[in-house]
Amino acid sequence: MEKLLEIDNLSVQFHTPEGVARAVDGVSFDLARGETLGLVGESGCGKSVTALSILGLIPSPPGQTNADGIVFEGRNLINLDSEGLRQVRGREISMIFQEPMTSLNPVLPIGRQVAEPLMVHKGITKKEAYEEAAVWLENVKIPAARERLNDYPHQLSGGMRQRVMIAMAMVCRPKLLIADEPTTALDVTIQAQILSLMVGLKEGLGMSVLLITHDLGVVAQMASRVIVMYAGEVVEEAKVMDIFDSAFHPYTQGLLKSIPRLVDRVGGRAGRLNEIAGTVPPLTQIISGCKFADRCPHTFTLCREKHPGLFALGDGHNARCWLKDYPERRKTHA
Amino acid sequence: MPEAPLLAVHNLVKHFPLGGGLLSRPRGWVRAVDGVSFNVKRGENFGLVGESGCGKTTLGQLILRLMDPTGGSLEFKGQDYTNLSRADMRFMRQRIQIIFQDPYASLDPRMKVDSIITEPLRATQRISKAKRREAATELLERVGLQAVDLEKYPHEFSGGQRQRIGIARALCVRPELIVADEPVSALDVSIQAQVINLMQDLKEDFDLSYVFISHDLSVVEHICDRIAVMYLGTIFELAPAESFSVAPRHPYTKALLMAVPQPDPHARAKLFSMEGDVPSPIDPPPGCTFHPRCQYTFDQCKAECPPLVEAAPNHYVSCWLNQGRGLKGDPLCE
Repeated sequence: MEKLLEIDNLSVQFHTPEGVARAVDGVSFDLARGETLGLVGESGCGKSVTALSILGLIPSPPGQTNADGIVFEGRNLINLDSEGLRQVRGREISMIFQEPMTSLNPVLPIGRQVAEPLMVHKGITKKEAYEEAAVWLENVKIPAARERLNDYPHQLSGGMRQRVMIAMAMVCRPKLLIADEPTTALDVTIQAQILSLMVGLKEGLGMSVLLITHDLGVVAQMASRVIVMYAGEVVEEAKVMDIFDSAFHPYTQGLLKSIPRLVDRVGGRAGRLNEIAGTVPPLTQIISGCKFADRCPHTFTLCREKHPGLFALGDGHNARCWLKDYPERRKTHA
Repeated sequence: MPEAPLLAVHNLVKHFPLGGGLLSRPRGWVRAVDGVSFNVKRGENFGLVGESGCGKTTLGQLILRLMDPTGGSLEFKGQDYTNLSRADMRFMRQRIQIIFQDPYASLDPRMKVDSIITEPLRATQRISKAKRREAATELLERVGLQAVDLEKYPHEFSGGQRQRIGIARALCVRPELIVADEPVSALDVSIQAQVINLMQDLKEDFDLSYVFISHDLSVVEHICDRIAVMYLGTIFELAPAESFSVAPRHPYTKALLMAVPQPDPHARAKLFSMEGDVPSPIDPPPGCTFHPRCQYTFDQCKAECPPLVEAAPNHYVSCWLNQGRGLKGDPLCE
């Protein structure tokens, strides 16, 4: 499939009083046209920072972004100046943020906020832009959209605000939508509404989606391919079915086993949940071996000595784990 | 005579005034909790689920008498404590304790862990400092931290560790009932599993019962014996956990269950999305408060509020369908 975005060896560091925090540490992946790629991981694994760095949104200082390439449709975004990036943002790549409350401007009417990208990027008149904005607010199923163009964000519920965010992101018909935890702040019935809306819009426009989430349920329902991140690194990458059916990395396996599932009670009280012992190491810590070694049930000497590469397992399935070369070390009871 | 339940909640009501002040009358009332009744048996885990604004947190705070109810009564082992004085409530709070949602906001940043954990002891009992410290050490080790952590401040801990401190604080006075208000929703999934397992272990060791408040159906279903679904301040359905997800009777429960994205890409269903938002608790719809969003609404729903009746053994529902018995208890699959 044709590649829309290729990220090669991306690293983002933050200079903090505790030392240099490697939020993203040598991440490479690509995203095909029309694909929905899920980027999964727990807090602090670097998934949001990865997304922000694609659009050059990491503030410097304290941040420092380095990459061999962030190539979008043949253009290397890392070489673009701020004006060049501004042309890409909102027009070709747009983003939806987690908090619909803090990412909308509280003192501007929503119609103005949705129309703004059109006026900036497409150079059309205010009247046309507002007309288009109204159409998009209808597309995202805001009831009585035309009457609400002059409403302010505080007059809308959380779900409605997230719809406005989506309308803003979509008005210029971007080729790539980066959605950073788009439904995390929402209730489950509203989440279902927003996810169905996103599926519909994606199919209608044929765009690609980079979906960042910690919710494996959302990934299972939405993504075609999944990248799992841990402590700033990609630890596993595969098609969504392979991740859920035959995860290779002990971290991915642990994550999948730790989710409580509906309808898995067998006769009365449910059993214990599988837990991953310990916590994520601080990003300032320099680890020479595998970053997951302290929490992994299969750890052996090599894991602590040498950092594993991302090994290919075939069919686009990759995992950063020494068990690839030493399968006999995998403990069956763990 | 049958043993009195550990906790009995009778027709509990909490209305908050809207606006108004010293001289002016309130403009209206927010019906946060509007006539809720249930019992919690000794050794039972009782779950309260619902979306934001359904009144579940208010209900939890009422149980602790952290705020005073507008109406109704609360009994602990047959003793009415609805109108106990502040001083008498202190003793009642040795038997009922609470764990809060946000482990960042619920620990005083200027207190050391030692003082945080033993504060309930200082507030309710006269015991020596050495004894308190001994108790704190033991509890801290029991929740998976170490004695050296007693001298640390909350900011030195991760979210999961802070929640462990919150649990140790609740356990300090050896309560019989713990109200856990979204204890794991701020935590990552692998840490969430650690805390849920810990809570289950402690339940056995300390002979506890929990009132477990959460918006996350799969977590509640995992840990609870009986579950009540709340909507706009009332209970819509109350059922044993086994029959809850298998055969829900209230259309709202069914919609909630179907809106949860399942972590299984093979079961990729069209997410069932219910139209509309939760109505305002200031001016709830007449009749059944769910009727504007319900797919089964008929005339009676708009006119009269359905009572909570036992539609099947131990399975209560408040819905006019099938002569007040709700859905027929069909399995979820469609």
